[in-house]
Amino acid sequence: MSIDLDIWEIVIGLEVHTELATRTKLFSAAANQFGGEPNTNIDPLTLGLPGSLPVLNEHAVELAIRVGLALNCSVERSVFSRKNYFYPDQPKDYQISQFDLPINGEGWLELPDGKVIGIERAHLEEDTGKSTHIGGGGRIHDATYSLVDYNRAGVPLLEIVGRPDLRSGDEARAYVSELRSILVAVGASDGKMEEGSLRIDCNVSVRRRGEAELGTRCEIKNINSLRSLGRAIDYEAARQVDMITSGERIQQQTRHWNEDEGRTLKLRSKEDADDYRYFPDPDLVALDPSQEWIERVRAALPVLPAARRHRLAERSGSQLAQTALIVERGLDDLCLAAIDLGADPMRTVIHAEHNLSDPRALDMDPAMFAKLVQMDVAGALSSTQTKTVLAELVENGGDPSTIADTRGFKAMDTGELDSLVDQLIADSPDEWQRFCDGDPKITGYFVGKVMKATQGKADGKLVTALLNDRKG
Amino acid sequence: MSADRRDARQIAEAVRSGESSAVEVLDEHLGRIDEREGELHAFNLVTADGARFRAAAIDAAVAAGETVGPLAGVPVAIKDNLCTRGVATTCSSRILEGWVPPYDATVVTRLAAAGAVMVGKTNMDEFAMGSSTENSAFGPTRNPHDPSRVPGGSSGGSAAAVAAGFAPISLGSDTGGSIRQPAALCGVVGVKPTYGTVSRLGLVAFGSSLDQVGPFATNVADAALVCEVIGGHDDGDSTSLPQPFPSVIEHLDDGIDGMRVGLVTEMMGEGIAPDVATRIRAAADALAAAGAIVEEVSIPAVTFGLSAYYLVAPAEASSNLSRYDGVRYGLRVDAPTTGEMMELTRTAGFGDEVKRRIMLGTYALSAGYYDAFYGTALKVRTLIREDFDRAYERYDVLLSPTSPTTAFAFGDKTADPMSMYLNDVCTIATNLAGHPAMSVPFGTGTDGLPIGAQVLAPTLGEIAMFKVAAALELAAAAGSSPA
Repeated sequence: MSIDLDIWEIVIGLEVHTELATRTKLFSAAANQFGGEPNTNIDPLTLGLPGSLPVLNEHAVELAIRVGLALNCSVERSVFSRKNYFYPDQPKDYQISQFDLPINGEGWLELPDGKVIGIERAHLEEDTGKSTHIGGGGRIHDATYSLVDYNRAGVPLLEIVGRPDLRSGDEARAYVSELRSILVAVGASDGKMEEGSLRIDCNVSVRRRGEAELGTRCEIKNINSLRSLGRAIDYEAARQVDMITSGERIQQQTRHWNEDEGRTLKLRSKEDADDYRYFPDPDLVALDPSQEWIERVRAALPVLPAARRHRLAERSGSQLAQTALIVERGLDDLCLAAIDLGADPMRTVIHAEHNLSDPRALDMDPAMFAKLVQMDVAGALSSTQTKTVLAELVENGGDPSTIADTRGFKAMDTGELDSLVDQLIADSPDEWQRFCDGDPKITGYFVGKVMKATQGKADGKLVTALLNDRKG
Repeated sequence: MSADRRDARQIAEAVRSGESSAVEVLDEHLGRIDEREGELHAFNLVTADGARFRAAAIDAAVAAGETVGPLAGVPVAIKDNLCTRGVATTCSSRILEGWVPPYDATVVTRLAAAGAVMVGKTNMDEFAMGSSTENSAFGPTRNPHDPSRVPGGSSGGSAAAVAAGFAPISLGSDTGGSIRQPAALCGVVGVKPTYGTVSRLGLVAFGSSLDQVGPFATNVADAALVCEVIGGHDDGDSTSLPQPFPSVIEHLDDGIDGMRVGLVTEMMGEGIAPDVATRIRAAADALAAAGAIVEEVSIPAVTFGLSAYYLVAPAEASSNLSRYDGVRYGLRVDAPTTGEMMELTRTAGFGDEVKRRIMLGTYALSAGYYDAFYGTALKVRTLIREDFDRAYERYDVLLSPTSPTTAFAFGDKTADPMSMYLNDVCTIATNLAGHPAMSVPFGTGTDGLPIGAQVLAPTLGEIAMFKVAAALELAAAAGSSPA
């Protein structure tokens, strides 16, 4: 299924829950740890025992502030509220969350292509336990019995609510991946989607291009990977367009993404949503971080991915989009250092973007990288030779000129190449005629012959140039 | 109080000096429990074995010359909504039957550290909701002064235990008067401290923003001692104030010369029994005679207290009591689905009054009603606090009856919840304001049953409150005419 994007616009807003990488839970001293035997990371509060009381984990607050600042949010005085609903994996039958007064207000995030996505809020709340339904179809409705593991109950979550500013599955994936980089950069999360450290609820609506009003949205749950996110959005948008074009109205619903069937299924509609009876939790006091604390956290923040991309683009004169992969791999510092040491900025970025996928590149000596870039720029090595030397630099370190010498990589002098090309033309009159007639495919024949004769030492581009010279 | 009964300080002194052993003291109290507990039902559980073990340990410590605490060997009764490690804690509810806490409430830990010996868990209105202990799932407690009357509530068992000599001191909890009213009805001293001065960790929550633990005692000095032992900051309670309990003991004998006392007009008029009003006026006169300046003062907002309270407390309770769902502990009534299991468990496990308040609170918090009910109640709460604070600019403490009447008969008010709620009219505003207040026995009514005078004070005004309470106690003892 695909929809005509000239007519339709997809509007996406994401709510991302991230588990904060604290040692203990949001309101108690039980361990915040993935895995482990069921019901081992528990204490009276985790189980909702009578008489237990919550005490706020300061480290969770600090991580929340870090994320807030990294997302350009205003850090505010906030209040914890109770969200009341009955569910076996919710030990107190209410969740402590932030409702009308979140710790982080309005902010924004910049995608690698420079597009800015609004953040509505990023608030603290506690996670639930995990239910396993035994018998039937493994769902609560037809299960024989259910088991509950409270290890996860009370783990600190930050819910990051994005504005509906995303317009495609690719953009949504870029958003999550950027958010993930930020969370990892500030030390708030390990970013492991497969362990549930990052969970996505996705709001999708569609409208005809040019319409100002947003369409009715559906919320999709159970998205467990970036790939599912893109698929779920494509499916859901197509479903909605189908409904509209066949004259139906979209109902506001919560839908479940079924990975195996590749489609979304209705969970519940807005009408049967719970009334959560939010009210301020009387067991906790308002959270009002001092300006001094906030500034201390701000000062300790690392340079964030967007700023790193801009810095590299500015220093190298390359396009912002070219820097995305480099920053993602963490190679921007290497590039900047090489540029500082005199390496050609554009060439440096090109090599980092295309030829440094090996994670060991992070440990490369910038001076040696710079030296290699300059050898390349000077034409001392062919592009094949440059790649080979670079790969060895990454793998074993060393000096690029020594590596080139050891391998016998000498840039051929032009005179030697001139006579080789002349000889080749003389030996292949038919092919030469085709070249002169403008057959583009025959260029490869000559370049290949030269490469073979020089064991790859020649620069292919130079060979082409020499051929063109002779054609006149 | 019989002349042969020693109070908490006398017992501790005797145990520390080796004059009495803690085991002897315990046996004396267990003896009285044996005699009258069958009739009074003050306890849900008497922990005689655990108490003997603890008492023997205190005696051993004394014999070994170790330092023992200020409550060494003093028997104490604990309200059954305070968690006690390894000892069932029921809140007098079927829904918690069989549940044994794996931890002690902070106040229980502090009493034990001071050398106190727990003799049992006391009966109460289910989840502290009530004013007579008639809402206990395990049957009511009777008033030691007249077993045909209620002891008050919800901490009726703790009040009766002290009045009957089962223990010289006990702990209760006060959400809308649940310590002060039974103290008044049983003729003992009962203190509701400033919100945040005594830890709530391990107190099974009813209305979290109103609940406060406090002592019952036979006299003001014992009550002061228990407050200092159990009070002070606790890291485990986020609403705990960052300071020790006000040093009330050292000021008990200061006298009240020149202190300003306001007699609250709104708590002396309609609804207050004439004999109670007469005794409270006598209390005011006694304070004036002791050197205080006593005047009448109007605090108009207190008349809204009852309405605000019956929105705030049930709203918080509806959420606090959600966890009793049959999933993890306590009663479970099996059913085909989780939802039905929860429903049947809660239907079978909660009594009528608890269900009434859960419904009230759920309604008050519902979408579309929140602003009109809970939101308004919070505003009224602020008004009440401001009204009190204005009065406290002119008065050190306020004076009122604790309860509009002396102990009433069983069944008198159970048919009409409103008449039961009205019993708390003098005590409720204090909880909404977060202020301290205490009840001191001040003679008896025309029926010969005890009357309590309530001393109210501003936030952390415990020193002034205890000074005035001590003065009232002195005046009452001097026989300023108990009827």
